[in-house]
Amino acid sequence: MSYQDYTLGEPIADTKAPAGPIEQRWDQRRFDAKLVNPANRRKHTVIVVGTGLAGGAAGATLAEQGYHVVQFCFQDSPRRAHSIAAQGGINAAKNYRNDGDSIRRLFYDTVKGGDFRARESNVHRLAQVSVEIIDQCVAQGVPFAREYGGLLDTRSFGGVQVSRTFYARGQTGQQLLLGAYQALSRQIAAGNVEIHPRTEMLDLLVVDGRARGIVARDLVTGRITSYTADAVVLATGGYGNVFYLSTNAKNSNATAIWRAHRRGAYFANPCFTQIHPTCIPRSGEHQSKLTLMSESLRNDGRIWVPKAQGDTRPPAQIPEEERDYYLERIYPSFGNLVPRDIASRAAKNVCDEGRGVGPGGQGVYLDFADAIRRMGRDAVEAKYGNLFEMYERITAEDPYQVPMRIYPAIHYTMGGLWVDYDLQTSVPGLFAIGEANFSDHGANRLGASALMQGLADGYFVLPPTINDYLARNPVDAVPADHPVLTEVEAEVEDRLNLILSVDGDRTPDSFHRELGELLWDECGMARDEAGLKRALERIPQLREEFWRRIKVPGTGQELNQSLEKANRLVDYFELAELMCLDALHRAESCGGHFRTESQTPDGEAARRDEEFSYAAAWEFTATGEPPVLHREDLEFEHVHPTQRSYA
Amino acid sequence: MNLTLRIWRQAGPDAPGSMTTYQVSGISPDMSFLEMLDTLNEELITRGDQPVAFDHDCREGICGACGMVINGQAHGPERTTTCQLHMRHFRDGDTIDVEPWRAAAFPVVKDLVVDRSAFDRIIGSGGYITAPTGSAPEAHATPVPKEAADTAFEHAECIGCGACVAACPNGSAMLFTSAKVVHLNVLPQGAPERAARVRNMVSAMDAEGFGGCTNTGECATACPKGIPLPSIAAMNREFLRAARG
Repeated sequence: MSYQDYTLGEPIADTKAPAGPIEQRWDQRRFDAKLVNPANRRKHTVIVVGTGLAGGAAGATLAEQGYHVVQFCFQDSPRRAHSIAAQGGINAAKNYRNDGDSIRRLFYDTVKGGDFRARESNVHRLAQVSVEIIDQCVAQGVPFAREYGGLLDTRSFGGVQVSRTFYARGQTGQQLLLGAYQALSRQIAAGNVEIHPRTEMLDLLVVDGRARGIVARDLVTGRITSYTADAVVLATGGYGNVFYLSTNAKNSNATAIWRAHRRGAYFANPCFTQIHPTCIPRSGEHQSKLTLMSESLRNDGRIWVPKAQGDTRPPAQIPEEERDYYLERIYPSFGNLVPRDIASRAAKNVCDEGRGVGPGGQGVYLDFADAIRRMGRDAVEAKYGNLFEMYERITAEDPYQVPMRIYPAIHYTMGGLWVDYDLQTSVPGLFAIGEANFSDHGANRLGASALMQGLADGYFVLPPTINDYLARNPVDAVPADHPVLTEVEAEVEDRLNLILSVDGDRTPDSFHRELGELLWDECGMARDEAGLKRALERIPQLREEFWRRIKVPGTGQELNQSLEKANRLVDYFELAELMCLDALHRAESCGGHFRTESQTPDGEAARRDEEFSYAAAWEFTATGEPPVLHREDLEFEHVHPTQRSYA
Repeated sequence: MNLTLRIWRQAGPDAPGSMTTYQVSGISPDMSFLEMLDTLNEELITRGDQPVAFDHDCREGICGACGMVINGQAHGPERTTTCQLHMRHFRDGDTIDVEPWRAAAFPVVKDLVVDRSAFDRIIGSGGYITAPTGSAPEAHATPVPKEAADTAFEHAECIGCGACVAACPNGSAMLFTSAKVVHLNVLPQGAPERAARVRNMVSAMDAEGFGGCTNTGECATACPKGIPLPSIAAMNREFLRAARG
């Protein structure tokens, strides 16, 4: 079964953001929210899936408030969630630099950076809450970079002209995550959080129209168990690994959000994927993942390619006048710090022109020679040392001597489960936070905003909104023998057994690589109607082939990493199909979604606001059947949509 | 490159294990060690054999999931994580031994996968600053001298991989524990819980069955993040200070 079309359903709208001045909406919402008496909170159980910045922060905070939290991660420890790998920093409108920053400017930059495809109310709240995040993290002992006077240091990231990014060398994500993990560990030790590591959510339990639990597999014993609660929070991250090669951790996957989607949660803007401009190029067919080089490097590194096509001289032999610092040339006011989507497309363009460098011409230079001359090697090392070391380890080239070679790679997904202002999905009682939802970044995320959103959702936004849900929707415990539990458990078991029973001749990775290459070619940095239609034909064929030829040795009653991979692939096939349909239906370019049919004369993304100023929320029907589209119209009262200009 | 691998295979925690020999060919020097194991596993799966189980996730040296003893050294010959070790550090025709971390407190789960949850329990016993969400003062209310901030960061870099324990002849977790004690105790925000933190974390460490420290220093040599050996002495000072009250 395949599809190339969809049916149009009823429009959808956020009904939770209060009316009134945008600056007062979050205060108003918190005031309107019903409270749960502290003594009654321990009677409520909340399931949190995932222990990254969003999940870790939410689990710790809900437990502090007195709720009984049951939390899951597939890693062996909550400290290993992929937030740990974020390098560059976290934005906050502190205006410590007195450089004209403000909550309003962070709000404006984020809406504009997202190419006017995000909901204003949510973004404004994010900017407001950003300030509290830094305070919270400092109190936890997060060792941010500091000046000699003992105050916090900041730097700049792409798409902005202020210095609002707080950082801990090139390991900001690690330090913020360890802060959340330590807060969570305190609650685990206190008995307020029941933690299930090495346990993967494989389905959602919906009872009487409400999310009431999950079905999960113990990855060591293979045991399938139902866990029930009063509400479920998904903090399971993005779906970039659908492309096989991405900067995501190898085991990050889309199964939790996709299974929730199949149970009724709308999936919004799946085609909004972020391609990060500065990653280490692939070195061969064996490549298992791509490594990011932090955007912070663009503060001091200069990006260039030779002016001439096919110039294969070593970089040091290419004289200054024969180099094209193309970002500085095309975008003089933002230079090397243009937003990610723009920098990535520009790199693709110069490589398509035959001016790329390195093996296969799939790379551009990121050069620190000027910075080393200006600041001295020691200062460059103090700022970026660990990144340079990582680069050298992987490529065996010394970036202090020769420019880095970089190329764009899949890094983040702006799309995700549709949520309202309360971060509740279209299934009552099911919340999605962090990268798992679609809410704040529109069609393109600005650098250092993922950490901000993850922690904002987990520490400050979800706790009061879920409180309101729990107070207004008292529920009885789900009996252990409830038919929904037995049915869903059986479905999960059946799917795993079916995979094991095929006994074909192709490995899970071989299918995943093929799917990833197809998506990268047809639904990657540039997309067009013909390519997307090809992909929509090919994906169902690949899925059909999977069910004939997949080979997974071993059983389901043991640690079986091949079975885990194959099971995630089943969901990737369906997700990939929806991504291509979403990209096909959105016949405009915006942010990271570039339709070659819709560009300005100078090759920039051309939005078509009259037709596409909405978030596309998709409703699942059946595997291979056309989904239903629900549009959420976006209104811009405060930031007037314009063609983004970074020139 | 063509290589001979001798890999520890063990079906489960209570099953007996043994070294099994495999040949791999066509290995590129640009592959990471884990990509080399991926290549072996693809072959094993195609033949219908069980692939070698190993923990890994970010593959960029920061999550701390991966870790194996390679030719007798934790994470192998380079000072980095296994995922960041590249095959260019081996020679064509080499025989490579691959074993799991071996320590009483890290039981084997399967093949090269071990249970490191003892580390989580050590952190839970005191490796935090009590700062409930919403209770934080303005970040600039307490300036932190750059030196203290840098020391805190240097110790906070620990990724919890367990190489220190695997490298130690006593299976001691002193370096792991001291890294967190120093990170938090050196900061003004960590001062109120300073004494209780070190006392509780040291007792949790002992209760998990880790060995004692005899100043061998293998831990700091194996540490992919360069946690300095004097961090253990600093923890001992904190412990004495706490004991004196």
